[in-house]
Parts: sequence; structure tokens; C-alpha cells
Amino acid sequence: MEKALLLTPLHPVHIQLGARMMPFAGYDMPLSYSGIRNEHLSVRNACGLFDVSHMGQFRVEGGGALNFLQHITTNDVARLKIRQAQYSCIPHPDGGIVDDLLVYRLAEQQYMLVVNASRVDEVADVLHAYAGADCSILNISEETALLALQGPMAVDILEACTTEAVRELAYYHFVTGVVDGVEGILISATGYTGAGGFELYIPRASAVKIWDALMKAGAVYGLLPCGLGARDTLRLEKGYCLNGYELSYSSGPVEARLDWIVRYNKDFIHKNLYLSKKTGGCDRYLVGFEMVDKGIPRHDFDIMNESGQKIGVVSSGSESPSTGKLIGLGFVDSDHQNEGSSLWINIRGRSLKAKVVKLPFV
Amino acid sequence: MNIPDHLRYTADHEWVARKSDTALVGITDYAQGELGDIVFVEIETVGQALRQGDVFGTVEAVKTVSDLFMPVSGTLLEKNAGLDSTPEAVNSDAYGSGWMVRIQLDDPAQVDALMSPDEYRKHLGL
Repeated sequence: MEKALLLTPLHPVHIQLGARMMPFAGYDMPLSYSGIRNEHLSVRNACGLFDVSHMGQFRVEGGGALNFLQHITTNDVARLKIRQAQYSCIPHPDGGIVDDLLVYRLAEQQYMLVVNASRVDEVADVLHAYAGADCSILNISEETALLALQGPMAVDILEACTTEAVRELAYYHFVTGVVDGVEGILISATGYTGAGGFELYIPRASAVKIWDALMKAGAVYGLLPCGLGARDTLRLEKGYCLNGYELSYSSGPVEARLDWIVRYNKDFIHKNLYLSKKTGGCDRYLVGFEMVDKGIPRHDFDIMNESGQKIGVVSSGSESPSTGKLIGLGFVDSDHQNEGSSLWINIRGRSLKAKVVKLPFV
Repeated sequence: MNIPDHLRYTADHEWVARKSDTALVGITDYAQGELGDIVFVEIETVGQALRQGDVFGTVEAVKTVSDLFMPVSGTLLEKNAGLDSTPEAVNSDAYGSGWMVRIQLDDPAQVDALMSPDEYRKHLGL
């Protein structure tokens, strides 16, 4: 029997708004409301509001929390100040990652990890496998709703709903405060759209109230509800990696050019696998490319050289709603990774030309 | 859901407007809604004689791609060249400026055998 889809607290709102829904990581999630292109451009030019409550959160605390997180993640947790967040990943024994994640330092010995919905159980397994008695782990995914308010107008909209100094909040920093009368909201200057804005971690019971308040305050700024479709095209335009596409058990930060989240001057699990890739080189590296011929590259399409030999594979592709160009990310043999290199994408049996371009696309 | 009375429909969500022994073909309002923002329509079969059910082109949307199937047998006389520059017409005007191809019918009676608007409505579960 198929497992029933999980619902975020905003689910009734999505249905009422007439969203096109899709199953994603076990949840019934909005793909789009008014069209992916429309929502995408609204985030780039004004603002969009996303329900990303499907994402998972863990609270990790105790005297051993820092050492524990240093051991299982690649970035340097010791550099995190209280009220600061960090992008990182948890290595997998196959040389890639279990998941990419955000690490928030909530207090001296208290952290929050934010992980992909599809990886919550696997991350939990890793956490419990490595945690000592001096650190406790709590899965708070179910009780935590997450809204992403993204775009150049996000700060104006959020200011209308809170007295916290959100305009002064630096990128990858956060504050905990009152939003629309609700206490204890973690307001984080983060997001995965490259458009600026905030992510709000909200007690589940208050999610609809905060959504409504933001939508109301955002009406004059052109705020639109946005779905996972636009979230994906927005991150793709910025060249951001997505687990399951650019990242996997075998593909990690070295080949995906996320080397800046790996600190080799500390110890972490499976570090030797990353080190050997870094020093010995990888067979293939992630590149951004733009179609010269007309065709949309899609996940898993083959990439070939001029003589038709396979030299790589597409990880993500789409029309760029901002530019109209047809863009993609993919892994190619290292001798084809230079900007300007010609690639040919096998698009349903036709070999269509593309060229490697610099990331981000916009 | 817009399902005009004067058209015939297929289970693959195409519409056919017959005029004597030729017909215009496009995709339905339901189909364009399911596909989402259409990026381009690719039809490279003009001049070819195709049979009912053959693929005559593809339509690429931001998130998906879908084949276009011949609703009836016939020869492709022309494609809607306007879609090269304004593919979004398929979204905004699926039964008008969003038409896709004009075909010479092998057998006009094939069109009459397609779904009526009521049958198509039932097919969609409406």
C-alpha cells in the first residue's frame, strides 16, 4: 500500500489558493500557484513566499555538541558565533554526501541542523551513530514550520510584521523574536534563491497566521506565493547544488565545486575520501552550460564530445526564466570543463550543441 | 476548464477543428495547464504523411516535455510559425493563436470518431 503523503501546516492554504500540488519527499507540496515563470520573476524583481516546512530540523545540544558536529560535518563549526548559520555537508562512505545542511548556532552549546526532507531519517541515523553521551539530539521537524520570504522586497515586507532589526541582519545570521505577535520565531537571513531575503522557523501552530500576515503585508509589494518549481529554477540560475541532482552518495563538494565548505585542517568522517579526490583529482567536475542549439537539457541526459563519445551527464536543466536562455548543470570529464568548451547534449536522440559558461548564470 | 463545443478531442488532450478535408490541431486548455509555462514547440514533420497516434512534435515546458501525437492520419501541411516567437500563446490561447499544425486528412470521418466535448469532459472526470 502506498504511504499517505504528509501535509505541512500550510496545506489547506495551498489548496485554497488553487496550487498545483505534487508529491515531494513524502509530502504533498505546491509545485506552483500562478506559473513557475511568473513566480520566479516575482522573486527576482519583488518577492515570493515559499512553504518549505517539509524540510527537517534537529536540535543538538550539550557539552559535546561542538566536537560532535565538527566530526560529522565538513565546515568549521568552531567558527560559528551565536546567531550565525553555516552551509555544510555530512560525508557519505561512498565519497559523496548523506546531505547538505545548514548549521545554526543557537546558544553556547546548542545548535540546530536543517536538512533536506528526503534525508531526515538518514541524517538521524548518522547523528545517533556518532553522538556521545555528552550531547543530545532531538528531531524537531514535525513541530517546526519553515517559510522562505525571498526577493529584494523581503526586508520591507518583514519589517511590516516585526520590530526586530531585520534590515541590519547580515547574510547567514539570525535573530529570534516576535513576528506578527508570535514569539520565538527564528528569523534567518538565508535562502536558496540567490535573491536575498529571509527564512522563518515557526512553531507549527502559528504557521498559517504568519503566512497570512506576510501575504497581507506583501500585497502592495507584489508578493506572490511560490512553489517548488520556482524554487528549483531560482537555485539553478544561481548554480546552487541540489541533493539528488548535483549531490549524491558518490558526488560531493569536491566534484561539485563546493570546496569552500570543506575544512581539511580538522578531522571529519570519511575525510580520507575527500582528500584523495582533492589531491588526486576527480574524473568529472560540475560545470554550468548554456545551449547553443534549441533544446532543454534535463536530468540524466548524456553529454558528449564532438565525436559523439560520452563525456558526462546532465544533473539539472531548464529554461532560465530571467534570461530566456536554456541552461544546465552537469558533470563533465575534466578536460572539457573550461569556459567556452563545446559540449553536445543528447536530447531525446538528437545531439544538440552547448557551451560551458561561468556560474552563476544570472 | 475551457472545452469549446465545436471541436473534437483525443485522450492525449489534443483538439481537432475540421474544415472540409483539412484540420487544425492543438492541445487542450487542460493540457497546457498541466504542462505549465511552455518554452517552445518543436515540429519538424511538416510535409510528412503520418498515421493516427504517430509523434509529430514535442512541446517543452519549464519543468516537463511532452510528445505531440497525430489525432488522426494525414499529411502535415504547415505548422504555426508564430509559436517560434510566442510559444506562450499555447498557454494563453490554446484553441486560437496557440494552434500547432494544419493537416490534410486521409479520412475526414476519423475526426468525427474522436471524442465529443461531453465525452472529453467525462475523460477528464469533470
